[in-house]
Amino acid sequence: MAAANPAIHDVHDDHDHKPQGFLDRWLFTTNHKDIGTLYLVFSLTMFFIGGTMAMLIRAELFKPGMQLMQPEFFNEMTSMHALVMIFGAVMPAFVGLGNWMIPLQIGAPDMALPRMNNWSFWILPFAFLLLLSTIFMPGGGPQGGWTMYPPLALQGGVNVAFSIFAIHLMGISSIMGAINIIATILNMRAPGMDLLKMPVFVWSWLITAFLLIAVMPVLAGAVTMLLTDKFFGTSFFHAAGGGDPVMYQHIFWFFGHPEVYIMILPAFGIISEIIPTFSRKPIFGYQAMVYAIASIAFLSFIVWAHHMFSVGMPLGGELFFMYATMLIAIPTGVKVFNWISTMWGGAMTFETPMLFAIAFVVLFTIGGFSGVMCAIVPADFQYQDSYFVVAHFHYVLVTGAVFAIMASAYYWLPKWSGHMYSETWGKIHFWSSVISVNVLFFPQHFLGLAGMPRRIPDYNVAFADFNMISSIGGFWFGASQLIFVGVIIHCVYFSKQKATTQVWEGARGLEWTVPSPAPHHTFSTPPVLKPGMLAHDDVSH
Amino acid sequence: MAMISSVRRARRAFAAFALLAGGTAFANPQPWQLNMAPGATSISQRVHEVHMIALWVCVGIGIIVFGAMIYAMVKFRKSKGVVPAKFTHNSTLEAVWTVIPIIVLIAMAWPATKLLVDMADVDNSDMTIKITGYQWKWRYEYVDYYKKPTAVNFISTLDADSNRIRQPGSGLDPKSIKDGDYASYLLNVDKPLVVPVGVKVRFVITADDVIHSWWVPALGWKQDAIPGIINDQWTRVDVPGIYRGQCAELCGKDHGFMPIVVKAVPKAEFEQWLATQESETAAAKAAATAQVAPQPATQG
Amino acid sequence: MESKTVAHRNASVLKTGAVVVACSFLFGFAMVPVYRIVCEHVFGIKLANGATSATTANLVEDTSRTVTVQFVTNVNSKLPWTFEAERPSIEVHPGKLTEVWFDATNTGGEAIVGNAVPSVAPSNVSQFFNKTECFCFTEQTLAAGETRRMPVRFFVDPQLPKSVRELTLSYTFYTNEVATRRLSETGSPLPAAG
Repeated sequence: MAAANPAIHDVHDDHDHKPQGFLDRWLFTTNHKDIGTLYLVFSLTMFFIGGTMAMLIRAELFKPGMQLMQPEFFNEMTSMHALVMIFGAVMPAFVGLGNWMIPLQIGAPDMALPRMNNWSFWILPFAFLLLLSTIFMPGGGPQGGWTMYPPLALQGGVNVAFSIFAIHLMGISSIMGAINIIATILNMRAPGMDLLKMPVFVWSWLITAFLLIAVMPVLAGAVTMLLTDKFFGTSFFHAAGGGDPVMYQHIFWFFGHPEVYIMILPAFGIISEIIPTFSRKPIFGYQAMVYAIASIAFLSFIVWAHHMFSVGMPLGGELFFMYATMLIAIPTGVKVFNWISTMWGGAMTFETPMLFAIAFVVLFTIGGFSGVMCAIVPADFQYQDSYFVVAHFHYVLVTGAVFAIMASAYYWLPKWSGHMYSETWGKIHFWSSVISVNVLFFPQHFLGLAGMPRRIPDYNVAFADFNMISSIGGFWFGASQLIFVGVIIHCVYFSKQKATTQVWEGARGLEWTVPSPAPHHTFSTPPVLKPGMLAHDDVSH
Repeated sequence: MAMISSVRRARRAFAAFALLAGGTAFANPQPWQLNMAPGATSISQRVHEVHMIALWVCVGIGIIVFGAMIYAMVKFRKSKGVVPAKFTHNSTLEAVWTVIPIIVLIAMAWPATKLLVDMADVDNSDMTIKITGYQWKWRYEYVDYYKKPTAVNFISTLDADSNRIRQPGSGLDPKSIKDGDYASYLLNVDKPLVVPVGVKVRFVITADDVIHSWWVPALGWKQDAIPGIINDQWTRVDVPGIYRGQCAELCGKDHGFMPIVVKAVPKAEFEQWLATQESETAAAKAAATAQVAPQPATQG
Repeated sequence: MESKTVAHRNASVLKTGAVVVACSFLFGFAMVPVYRIVCEHVFGIKLANGATSATTANLVEDTSRTVTVQFVTNVNSKLPWTFEAERPSIEVHPGKLTEVWFDATNTGGEAIVGNAVPSVAPSNVSQFFNKTECFCFTEQTLAAGETRRMPVRFFVDPQLPKSVRELTLSYTFYTNEVATRRLSETGSPLPAAG
């Protein structure tokens, strides 16, 4: 990549001292761009590992009857798929994007705490090695779901200790990453980059980082209690010893619901970058967007029990959590309306990032609709733990979070690599993904409404048709992602088309003022902000 | 308001008609089923109504939002040579789309709240059935019937045919088994829970080992079965029939293989069934005490 | 100079972050007692397995209504005991102190220590159900084949909402594995003195 970098005469940056050795460059790196790349490559790897598990699940569910695996292995796959996708694919992808883009977007030379940044990343491969190794242990990996509800999760063997230790490591990694991001955003901004001039992506990460440091330790506490219940004779959750298994669910979801937003708020930020660029028009209601993210983050702390409406809560509790959950629709609605208003009156073009962003808005909104339906307690007594819920959270996580990550990859890839990706293949990837993902998940709404519970390896013949359609969509979606890898490899190593500094005609912001590819060191001297340089220069509103 | 209630009455009448016409087929999972079935109780029909209100509200908002988006994508394209506008906010609009959703949400929450209050009213039941979840079967104990205690108590597990077919690599065809005319693979048991029609049945639900969840969609709810805790729920089945469900909370290896079958029969038939079960239970007890030492069935 | 102050501020963010993380880790554990307190004081669900603090001295019997108290007994499948209530239910006036008996038999071949876990449904009326004596407060040791009659003394608070006419008291017996092991090793279920 270094060789492809033309001689650049830039005020901020005309030197490009990359460490030469492979280990020096990657293992000991403290450079935010290299660490960002590491995170993104790790995330993509995990996406394929978790995806392989999903393919196995969909293969077993292709038709009724047990064809391929034992039910224990099926449960292992559903549990691991979730853990790998949440903690291995989606969260590291966002941290990687944050690492790469936050310093570039606020005019900082690097992350605030570069050495800690290195540790945050390098803990992750070890955590996942531990987690994935449990599959090969006697008794297999965790089979009690990613939520690890006791008493079921405690019936596991040695994998309980290994997976809990892995979760602790992932937690430490995310917490260190989050503190680093907070310090970077609060302390490292270029002169004149006021908080309310920051790109929405930076804002979304600042709020996400606060959520992370607030709730990841709560998860650590919950799994520690599981660990002591299993191995050290405590009775936090053993009914026999005076504990309460429902209490685990409350503690877990006190972490779990903010966690859901940790996986979507940075996506909101990404979409709020991409839509204005390709609409060639500033974002509509910048401050409203920031406040909406903040209120969603706040509400995420008081809605956790909507994951457990069927545990037998008293009426007052169910009503409170129903109303609080429904409230989330309001700031989320504001965001969707603002994205559409950004498009309104613009001069739109539809390059691959924009296509993914538009698909995000539509499909995430569908996931939001089923979310509002799930908030309604009496109806949720039917939806809970059925495929309707599976459809709901895959709409918000796959067509929501993952689509936003793909949009951002296409959007920033030219800046990272210095080359344009193949627009034709990007579009093929997009259309193939967007059609297959709906074939995959939309019929799952029908299955849930007809009465199919989630996490079952086999089902009644009435569910056969939609399951087969869903599996076909699944294989198709999985195969489509190979195109994505192809496009990335082509762009990084083979593309002949050089990217310009601005890359996209409508792009605004500091990251588009540095050359493409972004040199190893940028903004060693803080940039001088000029009118028109920022996307939100004049935000009287 | 009057119009809404008449629409609701019409819809309820239609649902009742559909139930009678289609029999219980309407309440159990069907191939190509797209929507929630109205179920077999007045509560499940109200659950269905709340679901339909939410669904249509979402469809309505979806049409507006996606319509606006499609219009924007068609109209405001660079290829049409438009010059991008410069506006960045509009306070009136922003206020409107904050307030209107609040009103819509209140309209959805209102019937849901009323229904939830009614669902929570477990009092004044005519009989009590205790449900215990085990890995991987259900135990039903008929605690009392019109205040009269009963000794009826049995385990309900996956039927033998389904159990044979579901073994990994059995190669048998799941479509080959039927219960009546219903393709019952994995939705049939050796001994169903029998309940009388028109009687308010209170369930007390617990579990022995791990958390399970007792779900029969035709009754309109699911309730977690939790070790050490009892939860209560109730139902009053309106239409005789066979209603099928499954465990809905991951409970280990055979979570997918512990179905629930509820057989709702007319009251007289139920009483006869209960009497037969009572005498069978008494006979079994007598036989057991005749033996030297009773051994617990589930030791270990 | 400039970069030094930035380094300083970064360190202070790191320190503050570490404190927040420590607090929220402890908060996870604090949720254990907080959960009990909220259940009891906000939703009226009693989770504590102890005797009531309510006094029975000034208890006024409300003879205008009766409440059916139903007894449900469970034995964990790992425990070879039978356990039944003397009667399946009883009708009481709120405010009347009532005694009922339960029978537990050890049908297994060796002495076992068991613990009973109580639960009341509907959960939000458990605050009105008061036990002044209960076998669930203590460990129960049953020799092989031994049967024990155990009393529960309770009253229903006259404040019980008028709409509630029926409530269920459930007990689940579990093996107390620690005490049972101690019993087989030392001959006493109690921990050694000192």
